[in-house]
Amino acid sequence: MTLLEVKNLSVGFPTPDGVVHAVNDISFSIDAGETLAIVGESGSGKTVTNLAMMGLLNSNTAQISGTARFQSHTGEIDLLGIDPNELQKYRGQDISMIFQDPMSSLHPYFSIGDQIIEAHQVHNKVDPDVSKERAIELLGLVGIPDPASRITSFPHQFSGGMRQRVMIAMALVNNPSLLIADEPTTALDVTVQAQILSLLKDLQREFKMAVILITHDLGVVAGAADRVNVMYAGRIVESANVFDLYAKPAMPYTQGLLDSVPRLDRPHTNRLSAIPGQPPSMISLPDGCSFAPRCSRISEVAGSKCLMIMPELTLRTDAHSARCFIGERAGA
Amino acid sequence: MTTPILEVTNLAKFFPIQSQGIFSRVKGDNKAVNGISFTLNAGETLGLVGESGCGKSTAGRTILKLYEPTSGTIKFEGEDITSYSASKMKPLRTKMQMIFQDPYSSLNPRHTIGSIIAASYEIQKITPENGVKRAVQDLMERVGLNPEHYNRYPHEFSGGQRQRIGIARALALKPKFIVCDEPVSALDVSIQAQVINLLDDLRDDFGLSYLFIAHDLSVVQHISQRVAVMYLGKIMELAPTEELYKNPHHPYTKALLSAIPIPDPILERKREQIILSGDIPNPVNPPTGCVFNTRCWKAQDKCRTTEPVIMQIGASQVACHFPD
Ligand SMILES: Nc1ncnc2c1ncn2[C@@H]1O[C@H](COP(=O)(O)OP(=O)(O)OP(=O)(O)O)[C@@H](O)[C@H]1O
Ligand SMILES: Nc1ncnc2c1ncn2[C@@H]1O[C@H](COP(=O)(O)OP(=O)(O)OP(=O)(O)O)[C@@H](O)[C@H]1O
Ligand code: SF4
Ligand code: SF4
Ligand SMILES: [Mg+2]
Ligand SMILES: [Mg+2]
Repeated sequence: MTLLEVKNLSVGFPTPDGVVHAVNDISFSIDAGETLAIVGESGSGKTVTNLAMMGLLNSNTAQISGTARFQSHTGEIDLLGIDPNELQKYRGQDISMIFQDPMSSLHPYFSIGDQIIEAHQVHNKVDPDVSKERAIELLGLVGIPDPASRITSFPHQFSGGMRQRVMIAMALVNNPSLLIADEPTTALDVTVQAQILSLLKDLQREFKMAVILITHDLGVVAGAADRVNVMYAGRIVESANVFDLYAKPAMPYTQGLLDSVPRLDRPHTNRLSAIPGQPPSMISLPDGCSFAPRCSRISEVAGSKCLMIMPELTLRTDAHSARCFIGERAGA
Repeated sequence: MTTPILEVTNLAKFFPIQSQGIFSRVKGDNKAVNGISFTLNAGETLGLVGESGCGKSTAGRTILKLYEPTSGTIKFEGEDITSYSASKMKPLRTKMQMIFQDPYSSLNPRHTIGSIIAASYEIQKITPENGVKRAVQDLMERVGLNPEHYNRYPHEFSGGQRQRIGIARALALKPKFIVCDEPVSALDVSIQAQVINLLDDLRDDFGLSYLFIAHDLSVVQHISQRVAVMYLGKIMELAPTEELYKNPHHPYTKALLSAIPIPDPILERKREQIILSGDIPNPVNPPTGCVFNTRCWKAQDKCRTTEPVIMQIGASQVACHFPD
């Protein structure tokens, strides 16, 4: 079942220097229970995509267009078309979000128990004691030792990894069908990252929820994702099943990314292969392919096509699409 | 055998913890670096890895005498600099430099990059052969920046370019030894590879020695000949790079290596992973005996009472009672 279908989402931020084209006409979908990873470099539009869907961008400063059809507990809704006040009914209930920095969602002055109970009460007309039981249950599930007594603790009394667990507990308290995790482990040490990723995997199975995992770490993606969208300069440039993507990356940017990661499982060669240059300014995107100024395969395309025309995201094999003139299927 | 460029013996750096209030008293010490020893040879890169707060930056800064060591000795080119005053250190500063993690905050936003790089010459009152501007532009060219951008300001550069500015600044006085403190951690992978390759080339061209600090073991593997693994202010294992990654002897090294995800979905999903429980203890009250014993799956009574001494296993130095 398709849980969420995003069509032609664009987000622009008008600034004195011009419009920042943060997200440009992206379309994707996610099935119930599936994990979709969104990878890409800093500034490629990963966070803005999801903030837009959650109604968390200020409509006075952001120009948003597109649709995001979501199957909620009340039936189908358009996350981008619905009234922002109405959207609150679904946020924290059908869809939850966790961020890189747990302190951005945890209030420093309230105990973690009170915060989780509140998150439950907002969406459930039940006795506070029921919510308290639920909070204790969730804290236990995310691996907080002795949750019944820890619910009176405050966020600062936990380590970074524990706070991340608390935030996950709070996000899951209403059994969401979609969890958006924006760099949930980027600020953590690798040993703690391993704990949190394995926890998320267990919880996803248990709660049967879909996860949009935003990250720039290709190792994390390899272990966690079912499907992957690669973003570059505000566009999806490749979308595939995780195994296909790593085995047969079709877009030169994806190939370059995979080649430039230093890997522990391979004998180390002296030079890493790097992608030259840097991503384009989101205010003045190049006319043709956004990756053209850095692309090592541009000479494989006849004429100066890459510099003049933006390639479309086209299907290569089953459910594997890429945005590049190389390898396009005839007639596609 | 030639003298190593750097020789660190039992180095410790404690930060006193003051109690709050009018009569502040020292309540205890944060034992950030707690007795580490290693040598670094000319032209060599030693990687220093470990999780946040284990004392990597403090070690780097103490070695450069940016912090006063609490105990132990530091020898630079055979000269004991442990108790050198700031003025005695000044001539040595040309030979010892540092590159920082954060390419945003380590550059003064109000100065042009030309003057940021040139400041090194002014501080040391050195005039390069063909003049300052020429020298700076040569450096910019060498680190892959456009020399015509001499008069631009830091905000006009990307993260990777700013890191290159930091590298050019560190190279200005032709140092022999550079502490690179997480020089690529803030950069995206595609840019990270560019900077690692640049550091590699510069080391070979100028015969530099690096102490390369990072928490990312896969990055360290690339650039280091030997790697030291730190935990709670101490070195757990120090070994030639290949050896450390192929045959880790210390349980913590094993856990750390196994926590790093492999960017290959087939391998990543079938490998065995060691998931450590718990968090890193507070360095103000480190565990007695082996500092890793609260998280180690091999810990025995002895580990809780007796600190392991460093033992040699093949080419590796390992601080563990029950190494693999
Ligand atoms: N409120 C805003 N006003 C103007 N520009 C913005 C705003 N928010 C984001 N941007 C710009 O939109 C682009 C996309 O940002 P976004 O935060 O989505 O990137 P990201 O892919 O999540 O990057 P990171 O990996 O660094 O988190 C960037 O160029 C960013 O500077
Ligand atoms: N100037 C200082 N004053 C007091 N305590 C300090 C100071 N610098 C570091 N510390 C403490 O010393 C310990 C080691 O910190 P250090 O910055 O050396 O760790 P690190 O390994 O570099 O960590 P990271 O990977 O987060 O950079 C920490 O507990 C830290 O809080
Ligand atoms: S369209 Fe051209 S420039 Fe863009 S990725 Fe493909 S080959 Fe490279
Ligand atoms: S000394 Fe004991 S606790 Fe420490 S690493 Fe070795 S086995 Fe583990
Ligand atoms: Mg982001
Ligand atoms: Mg540090």
